[in-house]
Amino acid sequence: MSYFFQIVVSGVVVGSIYALAALGLVLVYKSSRVANFAHGQIIAAGAFITYFLTVTVGIPIFFSFLASMIITFFLAMSVERIFLRRLIGEPIISVIMVTIGLGSIIDGLIYLTPFGSENFSFPEFLPQNSLSLGGVSISWTQLLGVIITFLLIGGFSWFFKKSTVGISMRAVSDDQFGAMSVGISVPRVFGLAWAAAGLSAAAAGCIIGNITGLNFETLHAFGIIVFPVVILGGLDSILGAVVAGIIMGLIQQFAGGYLDGNFGLSGTGNVLPYIILLIILLFKPHGLFGIHEIERV
Amino acid sequence: MAYLNVSDVTLSFGGLKALSHVDMKIEPGLITSIIGPNGAGKTSMLNCISGFYHPTQGDIHYKEKKLTHASPHQVSSMGIARAFQNLELFSGLSVLDNLLLARHQNLKYSFLHAVFFFGKASRVEAENRGYVESVIDFMELEPYRKSLVGNLSYGVQKKVEVARALTLAPDILLLDEPMAGMNQEEKEDIVRFVMDIQKERNITVVLVEHDLGVVMDISDQIYVLDFGEVIGSGTPEEIASNPKVIEAYIGED
Repeated sequence: MSYFFQIVVSGVVVGSIYALAALGLVLVYKSSRVANFAHGQIIAAGAFITYFLTVTVGIPIFFSFLASMIITFFLAMSVERIFLRRLIGEPIISVIMVTIGLGSIIDGLIYLTPFGSENFSFPEFLPQNSLSLGGVSISWTQLLGVIITFLLIGGFSWFFKKSTVGISMRAVSDDQFGAMSVGISVPRVFGLAWAAAGLSAAAAGCIIGNITGLNFETLHAFGIIVFPVVILGGLDSILGAVVAGIIMGLIQQFAGGYLDGNFGLSGTGNVLPYIILLIILLFKPHGLFGIHEIERV
Repeated sequence: MAYLNVSDVTLSFGGLKALSHVDMKIEPGLITSIIGPNGAGKTSMLNCISGFYHPTQGDIHYKEKKLTHASPHQVSSMGIARAFQNLELFSGLSVLDNLLLARHQNLKYSFLHAVFFFGKASRVEAENRGYVESVIDFMELEPYRKSLVGNLSYGVQKKVEVARALTLAPDILLLDEPMAGMNQEEKEDIVRFVMDIQKERNITVVLVEHDLGVVMDISDQIYVLDFGEVIGSGTPEEIASNPKVIEAYIGED
């Protein structure tokens, strides 16, 4: 039984990080209907900036974590300002192609640095032993990761529910013409959505990096795995991203824990998310919490 | 110069001229209507004034300020509000939130005030709420205050659309076919609101409407567009006897 609960715990840990990583994708999609294929690169960049600030510059890790979130906030905002602002009103597919191009450019830039090929890890700053409760153990890194993740997601939800800027962002995603007519600057909202996505991506990158080590391929892969997550949750729903992230984490861990090694299977955890992606697209294309728009004619 | 002055505005999309050399003078405190057959360029004209389109040629001035190239959110903050023909409401928010959001764009307190919600912030917030409530009373939307806009009937949504524009406390209100798709009773309701908006709230109204009976009854001034050109302008009486207008509406015999 403790094996079962152990899997639940690691599923929730992985899943909450998926949720945080998916959040950035949802924010951008929700406001501008653009799927950002450079999200994985932003996640990786956030983690590497934190490493650079901590190890090379020598700032305490918590401050460099905050600094990296602020840097990616402005970085993502300038990406929107420089590359995507002029594409407002162009077909969405052009914008998506631009994000793919941006992804490749960031890839190239990261490969120029040691981060592209070598493995790094953050200096250890937490106790190395695990917390154990009734045979189920969780490491301090995992616990801290989950706590920060939930704090951030909670903060974002509060921001969108209560703050004027957050409500303006929801208004833009609801009806752009209406938003413009009441005095909301839509380009500014797009910029903020990208900035918020950058911030959450950096946070996700650092938390992943702290748990699994800093490896470009691993971090980068999070930009892809978030797609099944957001499709399951509904592309425009923050709640959907959280629930679907945790469901996806649990599915992966259960598949790894129970299917792999039996029936001659292995690596099922890596395949299942994409099988689910296909099934969801076939039967519930708007996801669990996505908005199904009904046009009155 | 007039209050809102449209001079020599041409709007073309490639080879198609939606508006050509349009001149309009909109005077304060009046109801000015823009009429014309489908595709005459009425909505294009409103789009140019409200900043959704920018004229290819010509200028638009409001109180001596040029707004030819202003963006929609700038135009709305200058005091020109707009209600859309096809509802552009935030259907996922309640009626109250739709209106408060419009009001919130004029908030004048700092982030710190907002976080701790003392002094100025709570006072401004109370004022805003009061203003929004006065608009809800005015538009008789009390029963729907907390309802999600998406769940309301078409007629009520049209009223919310007008209410949201009023919440911005505009000097000029642009109404794009506020009566389209409504039954007789709802139409009469809206006519009454439009007249009250002008008389009680002293707001200049620019009305695009198909119902000629209504337009002739309530307008102080009418512009008739056909194929993007102004073919007649003046008081309802002048319009009713203008041969060009009669031709455009009834056709040659």
